[in-house]
Parts: sequence; structure tokens; C-alpha cells
Amino acid sequence: MKPPPFRYVAPRTVDEAVTALADAGVGGKVLAGGQSLVPLLNMRLVAPSTIVDINGVAGLDAIEVDDDAVVVGATVRHRELERHPSAVDALPVLRQALVLVAHPVIRNRGTVVGSLVHADPAAELPAVLALVGGSVTLVGPDGRREVTAPACFRSAMEFDLRPGELAVAATFPRLPVTTGTAFLELARRHGDYAMAGVCVAVDTSGPVDGGDRDHATVTGARAVFIGVSDTPTPIDLGPHLVGQSTTSLDTDAAVEAARSGLAPTTDIHATADYRRHLAGVLLARALVAAAPTSVATVAA
Amino acid sequence: MTTQLFGQSIARKEDRRLLTGRGRFVDDLAHDAWEVAVVRSPHAHARVRDIDVLAALDVDDLVAIYTFEDLPDRMRQPLPLLIPHPALTAPRTQFVLANGEVNHVGEAVVLVVARTRYAAEDAVDRIRVDYEVMDPVVGVEVAAAADRVVHDEIPDNVAAHLVQEIGDPRAAIEAAPHRLSFRLDIERSASTPLETRGVLARWDADEGHLRLYSSTQAPTSVRAAVATILELDFQKVECIAPDVGGGFGVKIMHPWPEEVLVPWAATVLGHDVSYTEDRREHFVAANHEREQVQHLDVGFDDDGRILGIDFTFLHDHGAYIPYGLIVPIITSTQFLGPYAITDYRVEFTSLYTNTVPVTPYRGAGRPQGCFAMERLMDKVAAELDLDRVAVRRANLIQPDQFPYEFGLTFQDGRPYTYDSGDFPGSMDTLVDLVGWDDFPARQAAAREEGRLLGIGLATYVEGTGVGPYEGGHVLVEPTGRVQVATGLSSQGQGHETVFAQIVADILGVAIDDVEVVVGDSSRMQYAVGTFASRAAVMSGNAIAKAAHRVRERALELASAALEVDPADLEFVDGQVRVAGSPDTALALKMLATLSNPLRYAFDADAAAATQFAGPSDETRPPVADGVAPGLEGTDFYSPIRSTFANGMHAVVVEVDPDTSDVTILDYAVVHDCGRLINPAIVAGQVHGGVGQGVGGALYERMAYDEHGQLLNASFMDFLMPYMTEVPDGIRIDHLETPSPLNPLGIKGAGEAGVIPSAAVFAAAIEDAVGVPVDAMPISPSDLHHLRLAADRPDPT
Repeated sequence: MKPPPFRYVAPRTVDEAVTALADAGVGGKVLAGGQSLVPLLNMRLVAPSTIVDINGVAGLDAIEVDDDAVVVGATVRHRELERHPSAVDALPVLRQALVLVAHPVIRNRGTVVGSLVHADPAAELPAVLALVGGSVTLVGPDGRREVTAPACFRSAMEFDLRPGELAVAATFPRLPVTTGTAFLELARRHGDYAMAGVCVAVDTSGPVDGGDRDHATVTGARAVFIGVSDTPTPIDLGPHLVGQSTTSLDTDAAVEAARSGLAPTTDIHATADYRRHLAGVLLARALVAAAPTSVATVAA
Repeated sequence: MTTQLFGQSIARKEDRRLLTGRGRFVDDLAHDAWEVAVVRSPHAHARVRDIDVLAALDVDDLVAIYTFEDLPDRMRQPLPLLIPHPALTAPRTQFVLANGEVNHVGEAVVLVVARTRYAAEDAVDRIRVDYEVMDPVVGVEVAAAADRVVHDEIPDNVAAHLVQEIGDPRAAIEAAPHRLSFRLDIERSASTPLETRGVLARWDADEGHLRLYSSTQAPTSVRAAVATILELDFQKVECIAPDVGGGFGVKIMHPWPEEVLVPWAATVLGHDVSYTEDRREHFVAANHEREQVQHLDVGFDDDGRILGIDFTFLHDHGAYIPYGLIVPIITSTQFLGPYAITDYRVEFTSLYTNTVPVTPYRGAGRPQGCFAMERLMDKVAAELDLDRVAVRRANLIQPDQFPYEFGLTFQDGRPYTYDSGDFPGSMDTLVDLVGWDDFPARQAAAREEGRLLGIGLATYVEGTGVGPYEGGHVLVEPTGRVQVATGLSSQGQGHETVFAQIVADILGVAIDDVEVVVGDSSRMQYAVGTFASRAAVMSGNAIAKAAHRVRERALELASAALEVDPADLEFVDGQVRVAGSPDTALALKMLATLSNPLRYAFDADAAAATQFAGPSDETRPPVADGVAPGLEGTDFYSPIRSTFANGMHAVVVEVDPDTSDVTILDYAVVHDCGRLINPAIVAGQVHGGVGQGVGGALYERMAYDEHGQLLNASFMDFLMPYMTEVPDGIRIDHLETPSPLNPLGIKGAGEAGVIPSAAVFAAAIEDAVGVPVDAMPISPSDLHHLRLAADRPDPT
């Protein structure tokens, strides 16, 4: 479990990093938090010719929160975002997801943007990006471009990233205050990749008169699953939920519709049938968890 | 005033070192040793046609590459069969490097030595081995069917077949008012210590002396094995187990191929050579345990009294059987637990498969036996609609029945005879501790809320303190420091503390003045090893005997010097003094000096022992016949047979009705290992065992596919429980039924916590969901399908 030889480059600017990546071509690999890359290297499952360590690159460590979005730089650690009060206030689903990412020691090192471009189908953050319709900013030899979720997640472990490109930031658009969110998953052990998980957003009309939650109604709903499909693809559940009261949701139709669209696989931890069943159970619970939150938030 | 330390929960002496990063593990000592890496078989079963090393030769820092053909004759023999047994009729052990055939993924094929492990791995990557892949045998029932074979010359895949029988079980079962027959399955797991295997060899060519460091549970035996294979005198080989980061059984296996190859390479290359196994290697190259398929027939009466049992099981011992039949023999006997079973037949078949060999892992066959017996008790209770505790009580051996002889033979070749215990007392204590009698109401109330709660219990008896012997050496330095040595090694158990407690009491010294060294063959060359919960019993008693020798010698010296009757002397605060007259005293360190008549003085104390220091008896030699200089003693403890500890566990679980996820609500343990030397250390052993048991019951399995590929050879996919999966607040109650077999009255405690886990969790989950749980471990996915199958009518 020692990596094969590679060239190590530690650029100080984005331009230097892009040049180094472009020089390396398909053999170039970015090191940010290293929580996926280093184990893969040590197990010799990847053998890049050049490692471009971006931890010293200036300007990539910022979290910016404005009225529209939370923008996260490429070297921001999971833990920094999880503990960033205005970011998680602006978009509570970030924290709902981040506390489920592995363990604190991994979150201390692993980066948000790194997790996105790694595109593991069981990872939480790609699902959040897909749920909120966010994007990732890429800088390459041909300039800057923006790729949007969910299209940027091309397939399992494959992000829309060309050789020579560096992901410099992710943009998570804020949701209306009348939209509630939840992220639920079940892992074999705390912090493992989940057997199935789901994040949901439930749009509501908000309390009609003076915060009485009984009067809130669902105006839209969508869910993104992890661990049960190759890519984080939002499923529109609006047709099954719109018009319902948030305090007495009947989720059966939504669950049935969502389950039929999933394509889980069997592995040593769970069967495909179990994962599909579990995904539905979690969806029902997540919808209930998300809906009152939005009302309470608005009422407060 | 010196207080009694035996029985006190004093803080562990070794923890400061271990917790502040000052432990010394094998890899810490390797410094500039050359490092090895091993080409391992990617196939479960194949012939080796050709090995091409050419592409590896230009790797920078490469030192040497060895294949089987490159080894001297003495290294081209199969590794030893450590524990022969008459029933082991077709034993096979592996070669240090593959001799034309590989029989499991991970088997060593080529040895590479390089200046760094990085370079060694680069060379491994470039070595091409041409394999002729053969059909693998995976799964013990596939092995039993024998449509394909592991070893050509063993057509039935059977290494051993053993039957033990007492009474007339077939007749008893047939005549019984009630009968049950059922099958149970238990999967593989492994010890997976934090520190993997490691070995470091230093060859002194000038002296022809080999110093070996190994992360082992049996350093003296590694020394003997290596000396024998390398054809060196034992006195020219030294083996030290420094700090060892966990063993849990896997490191009692020896010699590993690397344990022979590394010292051999060091002698050939004239340079320090080391091997530190990586985690991926550990999963496929270090041994596993547990897998069995069990069939039981039982006959019983209306009260649940067991009248006869016929227990048949298939035991998967993997590709080779270096450790003999210890694991299935333990299953066969320890199955009986605390129950007075008189008519019993057990038959096992130990089978070859193309998987990693099976040798003891903490519990060593007991968890499987406990699972079988405790599932049996629960099934009898269910069949009769009786309380599970009531059925067990009806079968317990009573306190007045000890020593209780079954008429079977245990793993030490001695009678399977329990020395002491109070099983009904333990059961009563557990019932109170876990709230057994109130649980049905708690369960019903939860059910009203849609919550599924279940309770289970399981009992076990554990043969501990297995012979043949251990030794202790105690020496008082002229400084007053007390040096203690025993030959078995430590893997974190707290030996340094408990052995120091024993010695400090006997010699009346402070525990900080006692230094304990374990696992160094130059300090105690006669030793057996750390396994079978034997260190406290064996080395504890040996060290106590050695300390008493020192005490006797100190009494002789002090009584002569003070001119008082030895009976009037006491050992207090590092002094031997006259009881009731504390000013008439001699420090132990002065007695140490006086014990060694000196020609030369190096300090004022030593001057007291020189020839002109004072009057002496000119008619006698300075050192009398039969007396050795120095205040020291060596002694050995060898028990007539094993001593049997026991315990009972109960767990309350909650099963999520929708996801089938299992949450542990309460865990209670009643434990009796005789007299406790250090209750906190025993509690720690139990906690650790319970944690490991939770792993075995709910998380860990070795997932082999039909090709013999291990699918989860990493800590990402082999689910060792984290702290978050281990129950908080395990409640423990200790009973102390002393063993009559040894002077300290103690029994072993190392494995206890892990033994009943599969049984107790199966029982609790079954109680929660109302569906029989006959295969362990169990995952939420498994339980989900089990519940679905129970809900659906049989399609046939």
C-alpha cells in the first residue's frame, strides 16, 4: 500500500495549477483533501503521472454567502462549511448533508468541491448540488466554464471535467424560505457510504394566516437519491404531493413512483431489493421531516 | 504502609507509554532495514507455470528477488504442523513460497527485498507470474460435496473427522417426549488487530547470531521454529515481541512464511531486513476463523430438560491446517456450556477450501459452540412455550456438582472437567441486572407505539489457562528495583500491571519499583505463548511462585543479618523488618547486595558485601552449596488441566420495523473468572470482547465470491464496528468463584466478552421480530429478507 512513483507539483496560483494539469494531460490528478485520492494511490488503483497539489493555491479557500447562493472554493473542507453559520443558515440542507459525510476526521481534510468532482454515486454533496440546481466552475487552458447539476454528473465516478481543467468553486443556489429540506440515509456503520439515502426539498405555500401550520400546503417537491442510482438525478414528486397539507402528508404515491425509477444493485452490504425498499422508507420519512421544518421556519 | 494491590483497579503501568506514542512496535525498530514485499496469488486455485522477473530488475533500489526455486533445501519443506492429532489424517501446510501451486488468494509466491517498501512494491508490480487457473473450492458444503478438490491427493477434501460421545445420545433422543432438528450457519471473520503482522531480523555475521523481532503472541516458539528451519543453535537465535498492537489469536499462528523468509534473507544479504504487512495483505495472507455449518438433533422433556444431543458440523479450515484441530475441538466441547448434558454425541469434519487458513481468533471455536447451544435452548423454550431462562435453569450444573466431569477430552488433551462456578447464581444475577422479568411489559408497551424490542441471553463456559506451562523470573536489583520477566508476550492486555501487582504484594514493594518484561526470549527462554486466556493464570502463578522464592531467600538473608527468627519478619515498604519493631529492618536492596558476596565495591552499599566488610564464618564458603548468588528466583507453573471461567450476557435490541436496522439498547454481562487481580482491566477485557462480538454478530464477514475472491479486503468494506456501533454503558457484574486449581485462584478473562455475541444477538433479534434467526452475522438487508420470507407463504 505504497503509491507508485509520480511527479509532484505544488502551484501557487490557479494559472500555474492549470498549466501543470495541462502539461500532464490525462496523467494529471488534483490533490486537495486527498480523502479518496490517497487511498486509491496507496492501493495502486490509480497511477497518475503528476499530482497537482492545490492546497497552496491562493484564493481557493473562501466561502461566500450572498442573497442568491453559497459559493464554496476548491480547498474548503467539509468541516469548514459545516461550521460556517451563515452558509448553513442560508442553505440548511448543506449542514443536513455534511454531518452525514464520513467522520469528523475525514471531514477535517476532505473538500466539498473534491467530493463533487469525484462523483461517487453514494456521496452526499453531489445530491445536494443536484437538488438545488447548483453548478461547478472549471478553469482550463481554454478558459473558464460553468457546468450545472445534474448534467455535470455524467455517470458513476465521472464528472464533466476535461484533461487540464481545475474545479475552482461550487455554487449552491439558495432555496426560498418556504422550501423545507431534509437528508436521510442509512449506512451500515456511522459514517460509511449509505446503502441508500435521499435528500428532499418540499416547497410550500407557507402559513396562510399568522403561522398556523395546519394551513401550509405543498406546492412542489423533489428528491435526489444516493447509493441507488449511478447519478444524482432529481425526481419530481410534485404530481404526487402538491396540494397536500404539510402536517398530514400521504407519501405512498410519491414513494411508489420514486421506487420504480431507481436502479440499485446488489453488493456485499445489501441486496438491490432491500436498497429499493430502504430508499422508499427514507423518502417517506424525509418528506415528513422536510415539510414541517419549512412551516416552522417561516412561522419563526 | 503497603496496601494489598491484588484485587485493586490500579491504573495500567503501560498506558503512559502506549497512549503518548512511546510504544515500541516492530516497525519502529526497523530503522534502515531493507524492506520486503511479496508477490501474492491473485487466484484462489492455480498452478504456477512460470515466473518472469526480468521487468523488475531495473527498479531502482531493488536488492533481491527470490522464488521457491531460489531457496535452499531446508526452506523448501512445508511449514510445520504445529499441533498434530491422531484424527488429523490428511494434514497439509503451506510452503514459505508457492511450490508450483497456490491454494488461496494471497498465498505468497515471490519474495522481493528492496531498500524501501516503495521500491519493493514497484518490483512486485512488474513481476509476471503465469498461472494455470483451476476450479476453486469455496464454501464448506462445496468442499464436502467434493466435486472438485483443493489438494489433488485428498479426494474428499477432508483433513480430519472426529467423533466424541458420552452416554447414549441416539437412544436418549429417540425416547424423548419432544425432539427438534435444525441447521445453523456462522460465517467467517478475523482477528484484524490494529497492528498487522511484522518481523525484523538483525543478523550479526561476526557472532553468527540472529536477533529477531516479531509481532507475535509466541516469541519463544517463533525462535524455536526459525532456529530449526535455519539450522541454527537455539542459543544463537533470540526472539523479542516488543509492544504488539493487538493479536486476538491471529498472532499465535507461527511461523508465518515471512517470519522464516525475512531472517533467512537477513543472513544471506548480511543486512537488517524487515517486513511490515499492509492492511490489504492482512485480509488475504493472515488467518481467519469462525465458519461452520451445524446440524443439531435434540431430545427433551416437558420441562425443557435436555435428554440427548447429536451435534454434527462441518468446519472450514481453509487451504491449509497448520494449527491442527484446536478450533473444532473447542467447539465440540465448549458447546456444552454450563449445562449438565449426559448424553451427547459430536461429530465434526474439517474440510479444505481454497480460502485463507483458519486458526484461532479470540474465542477460538467457542462462539460457534455457544451459538449452537444457546440457539438450541431458545428453540426448546419456544417449542414448549416456556420462559427461556426457565429452560436454562432446568439444565444448569449445580454448585455442589464440581468438579464436574463430562467424560470428554479438551483441547489440552486432558479431561474436560469444570473446576468451579456458580451457574444458578450467575443466572439470578443476570436476570436482575438486565430486568429480564420486567421485559415482557416493556416489550408490550413499545409494541403499542409500533416499536419492536427484543431481549436475548446466552451463557458460556470458557476453558482458560491451558498448559503446558509458563515461567516467571523475579530479581531484586541492588537498587531495590524489582525486575520481573515471563516469556509470553503482551498485545495490550495489561500484563505489566497485573504481574507487578502480584509481585509488589509478595515482596512488599511499591508497584512503581516493579518492572515487568514480557516476550523476550533472552530474559525467559522457556515459555509457551499468549492464547486461550492463559497469561494471567499461567504467568501470573509462575511469577507468584518465583516471587515467593525471592521472599524465602530474603527471609534467610535478613534473619541471619538481623539475628531474628524468620517468622518474626514482615515485608513492608521495600524493607524486611521485625513485626512490631519497625526500626529493626533491612532494605530489600541491601539484602540484594548482601546476597551476592563481592570482591569489588563500586559504591558504599556494595562495600558491605566485600570480603573485609565485617566478621564472617570462616568455616563456610561465601556462597553455600545449593544457593545461587543474587536475590532472584525462577519458577514455573504447570496446571493439571484447564480452569473454567464462565459468564452470561443479555442484550436488549430495537429493530426498526421498516428498515430492519438493529439498535442496541442495553447490554448486561455477568462474569466469573475467579479472583480478580485488577477489576478495571477485566472490565476492559469484557468491554473489548463485547465490541468485537458486536462486530461478529452484526457487521463483520469475509465475503468470498464463488471464485474465491475476497470482496471486502479493506476496512471500508470489512465492517469492523466503530465506537459508534459498540453499546454505551455495558453493565458488568462480577462473581468471584475461585479456581481450586492454582494458588492465586484465578481464571482467564481475555476471550470471555466475545463468546456469546452471535447467540445473544440472534436471540434478541428473533424475540423482536418473531422470526427464527439461524444464521449469523445478520445485516439489515438479511433481516429484511428473512422477515419478508416469513410473511410470505411458502411458494411450493
